[in-house]
Amino acid sequence: MFGLITSVLAQTAPDEFLSGLSAIGAGIGYGAAAIGPGIGIGIVVGNAITAMARQPEAAGMVRTTMFLGIAFTEALALIGFVVFILLKFA
Amino acid sequence: MNILALEFPPIGELVEWEGLFLKGTPFEVNKVVLLMWAGVIIIAGLFLVAGRRAKSGNLVPAGVQHIAESGIEFVQKDIILQTIGKEGLGWAPFLTTMFFFIFVTNLFEVIPGIQFPVNARMALPIFLAIVVWFIYNIVGIKHQGLGGYIKSVVMPPGVPKGILILVAPIEFISTFIVRPFSLAVRLFANMLAGHLLLVTFAVLSAALFSKTLLVVILPLPFIMLILLTGFEILVAGLQAFIFTILTAVYIGGAMHPEH
Repeated sequence: MFGLITSVLAQTAPDEFLSGLSAIGAGIGYGAAAIGPGIGIGIVVGNAITAMARQPEAAGMVRTTMFLGIAFTEALALIGFVVFILLKFA
Repeated sequence: MNILALEFPPIGELVEWEGLFLKGTPFEVNKVVLLMWAGVIIIAGLFLVAGRRAKSGNLVPAGVQHIAESGIEFVQKDIILQTIGKEGLGWAPFLTTMFFFIFVTNLFEVIPGIQFPVNARMALPIFLAIVVWFIYNIVGIKHQGLGGYIKSVVMPPGVPKGILILVAPIEFISTFIVRPFSLAVRLFANMLAGHLLLVTFAVLSAALFSKTLLVVILPLPFIMLILLTGFEILVAGLQAFIFTILTAVYIGGAMHPEH
């Protein structure tokens, strides 16, 4: 049923319909891509703060490692952002 | 439904610039290229002046010399000693240059009148990432030999033999293909996102700056714009730091493998 509607819509106004679909897809896609890294960065930073509070003398080393962890986690969200830009504008 | 006559400019207008000279050739020079050259000149000038002052026996650093010396010390203490160790101190010139170059080219994002981070175009990040890729692979081959290097990459210690068939291709792909890609995309996407963020709030402020009643909510996006500018300075430094420290980590990993 939904497929029929979409196919009819796609025939009536193909360009606008497709760009609308890709905009919806881009929005949902980026939103979904941001969930995991958001949680991940929260865990990384939270545990780093715990570690720094327990051992303030190791704060420098913990901070370096924390930034590394953030960088690796954040990459996923950024790839989601690039996909968003590609879907929306390219 | 366009109350404000608010129109977000198409993305091509925000990141693409007219060629200034040598148009139509692969060597076309536009604003981005000029900014990149400006970055090179600024950093070269900074270190030349600072080096001359240090050589003339100026023991108390001030001004330019202070910036250069604290930058070098930061790279040595907080990046190299934390990741590679003492034997990595020879990489200090390369990593310091890299840090300052990325930082300055990022910082163009918030300088009034310029306001474009060079790294918001993929060209510079991917080039830097390819340079890093060549360097850590060459260092790895030099220190462990070709076979030893590849073996240390695809066979992480402590992995059971059975799982190795799964782990080896993943490690191979992640080290040789995904690493430079993610390194470049991280820098590029961060700077592009920051640029678009600033543009969004600037466009909103400009649209609200009108004679209608809506002008009462103008302070909201405008204050946000100022705060975000400060935030973007932080991001510029952070991304330069992260790119440099990841480079150091990759070089360190290639120099001495885990046992």
